[in-house]
Amino acid sequence: MATWVWFHKLASPPHVYRIAGRLARWFAVPGVLILILGLYGGLITAPADYQQGDSFRIIYVHAPAAWLSLLCYATMALAAAVGLVWRMKVAHAFAAATAPIGASFALVCLVSGSLWGRPMWGTWWVWDARLTSQLVLFFLYLGYMALRHSFDELSRADRASAVLAVIGLVNVPIIHYSVYWWSTLHQGSTVLRAGGPSMPPSMLVPLLLCFFAYTCCYGALVCVRLQAEVLNRERSPNWLSRNE
Amino acid sequence: MPLTRTSHAVWLVYTRELRLAWRRWGQLLQPVVFFVIIGALFPLALAPEPLLLQTLAPGVVWVGALLSSLLGLESLFKMDREDGTLEQLLLTGQPLSLLLLGKLLAHWCVSGWPLVMASPLVGAMLGVPAHAQLTSMLALWLGTGVMSLLGGAGAALTLAAQKGSVLLSVLVLPLMIPVIIFGARATDLAVHTETAANAVWLLVSLFVLALTLAPVATAAAVRISLE
Repeated sequence: MATWVWFHKLASPPHVYRIAGRLARWFAVPGVLILILGLYGGLITAPADYQQGDSFRIIYVHAPAAWLSLLCYATMALAAAVGLVWRMKVAHAFAAATAPIGASFALVCLVSGSLWGRPMWGTWWVWDARLTSQLVLFFLYLGYMALRHSFDELSRADRASAVLAVIGLVNVPIIHYSVYWWSTLHQGSTVLRAGGPSMPPSMLVPLLLCFFAYTCCYGALVCVRLQAEVLNRERSPNWLSRNE
Repeated sequence: MPLTRTSHAVWLVYTRELRLAWRRWGQLLQPVVFFVIIGALFPLALAPEPLLLQTLAPGVVWVGALLSSLLGLESLFKMDREDGTLEQLLLTGQPLSLLLLGKLLAHWCVSGWPLVMASPLVGAMLGVPAHAQLTSMLALWLGTGVMSLLGGAGAALTLAAQKGSVLLSVLVLPLMIPVIIFGARATDLAVHTETAANAVWLLVSLFVLALTLAPVATAAAVRISLE
């Protein structure tokens, strides 16, 4: 039983509020420092690509954003499922805090991909499989947020949007593969593939740093937003003063 | 004994839906008319060139069917919620997901099947050859099933929300993308006299998945709306 104490404690808003405040700092400081390092490495010291020239450097913004948009959806849906199963309000707060961050990352990925497509493919937008599935993911985020905002009652908004997030989680792989089957033009994956990454270390290391830094920044952002969400839900007069 | 009682209850829900739909048959015709009008608009908006229309036909038929199926979704649970039927279903002690499965299947029969019946007409307007019609209808039959089941889950989610139909389409349309891709692909292959078996089997798998999971999600959403 004792092993589950940490889990049960997560159901307590003051406890989560305190933890999130502490974690936000632990994520933000390394996140920002490594992000500076990674972007410096990627945008300045890494050599230009022999085919794509300098425009390949968009990958340092584009690929981590794509990764984060998927990670956000997965964590959001998992938190929503936890909230549905154990009726944990904090889990719903976490899902609510994650959705706009994930949507922003998806948007960053789309915009940077479009900017990258202009010099590479000669057009702002092509109906390529990965771009399209990213666009659908963005639509899923919009639907989730639209549903959440259309309720007056918070508990109902939580549970209805959680059901939608879980439906979406089942659907994301299906959408992904159906779009792949439909067409693909996108360059193959550079980092995760059999036989090791297809990049020299001078390009790869900054990219990995960016992946790590983006993930840390996401952690920090979600902690801050979670704090705000918890505050908004538990705005009773003496809650905070007890907490200090 | 419990099994037969449950199946009887599902049968009752199913037949009740069919009877109610039959009494309001004018409402059933509206999506079909909408579907046919969409089919007629495309040749007018584009040029009436047979080759161009035939290229576009699979997409137009499928997107038209999807949009038409959205029309009936909004009112799917509204009446039942207002007159308390949903609460009665919840209180029967029978599994709510199975009762709602009966309701969703009935909705498929009364809203999806007419679209399937009308699709050869729309197809013919766009120059789909006769040999492709049967495959296209089979694919559309499966596709409308997925649309009814998944759309039902979406309709149940928006039941307790304040805003209506636009929200429903924002929720449901992205989830329908695999159906559109496989369905239009099946029709396209049939138009070009190629074998469409792969696409149809993928539609079958989507249908089975929706048949098993959508009622559970719909039941969860209905429970939330009744709390």
